[in-house]
Amino acid sequence: MPFKRFLPLFIFAGIFVAFAVGLTLNPREIPSALINKAAPEFSLPPLQGDGIGLQTADLNDPDHIIIVNFFASWCGPCRIEHPALEHLGKTEGVKLFGIAYKDRPSHSLSFLKSLGNPYAKIGADLKGRNAIDWGVTGTPETFFLKDGVIRYQHIGPIHEVQMEEILAVIKELQQ
Amino acid sequence: MRYLLVPFILIALSLNVFAIGVDKDRLHDPAQEARAQQIMKQLRCLVCQNQSIVESDAGLAVDLRRIVREQITAGQSDVQILDFMTSRYGDWVLLKPPFKMATALLWLGPLFLLLVGGFLVFRYVRQTPVKATPEPLSPEEEKRLKHILRDNNK
Repeated sequence: MPFKRFLPLFIFAGIFVAFAVGLTLNPREIPSALINKAAPEFSLPPLQGDGIGLQTADLNDPDHIIIVNFFASWCGPCRIEHPALEHLGKTEGVKLFGIAYKDRPSHSLSFLKSLGNPYAKIGADLKGRNAIDWGVTGTPETFFLKDGVIRYQHIGPIHEVQMEEILAVIKELQQ
Repeated sequence: MRYLLVPFILIALSLNVFAIGVDKDRLHDPAQEARAQQIMKQLRCLVCQNQSIVESDAGLAVDLRRIVREQITAGQSDVQILDFMTSRYGDWVLLKPPFKMATALLWLGPLFLLLVGGFLVFRYVRQTPVKATPEPLSPEEEKRLKHILRDNNK
């Protein structure tokens, strides 16, 4: 019986494939449960002065793909991804907003002063409560929205080599 | 000397040594605090992954503990608090995954393997040993056998 003879090989192959796939997954990346759902309701103060820095209504823009980036001046990887954000901020049909996560506004401001400010608007999430509503586990994390709905999430810094991938995602959302 | 040793052992064995995640903003009502601890033990720290938020000192775990306590004070039920967490972080935030289609293999896999293994062992133990019926001797072998027997009888 040739089948019976090769059965252990088939079982081994099955386990091998399962492990091979499992090892390529990154357990550090926990996707937000909000993907393909509307962005949470929020209203955050600005880094400077009074009023509103960023709120849910800002995300409902039918003409633009909205990118919301959680950052902090104390976060090293945020520095690494800064050039990528500058690039995204200048991309056509895209609006980039920032949420400063658990950061002193004065620190966020000097961070942006030294590196440049790629954000159209910034909200200060002083206690990190807003980030929890988005399902954020740490900075940096970047959300891509269309018509107020979260469509894509990038966990960790956006490296220059990943820009092509990110721009492809934006293009797909624009269609 | 022995009198000194006893308190030392007691101190070393004291569970307080392992008390982590003791917050300043614990609830005043011990029953409510116990409920909070019970809920927090079920929630995974998303930064340090295989710890619950009770055991973790990560900033996010501290924030999530505060939220659990706030919601208990606000009169939310256990289910409502766990829903609050899963609606943001998915089922991953629960240390004990719920039984669903997607987790069926996880929950039933070991049982399935046990049944398959048990069946194989059962079959192996119960099988009747194969009786070997030897081939009849060929005329040449017969001749040799007779020759050997005759030699031995000498």
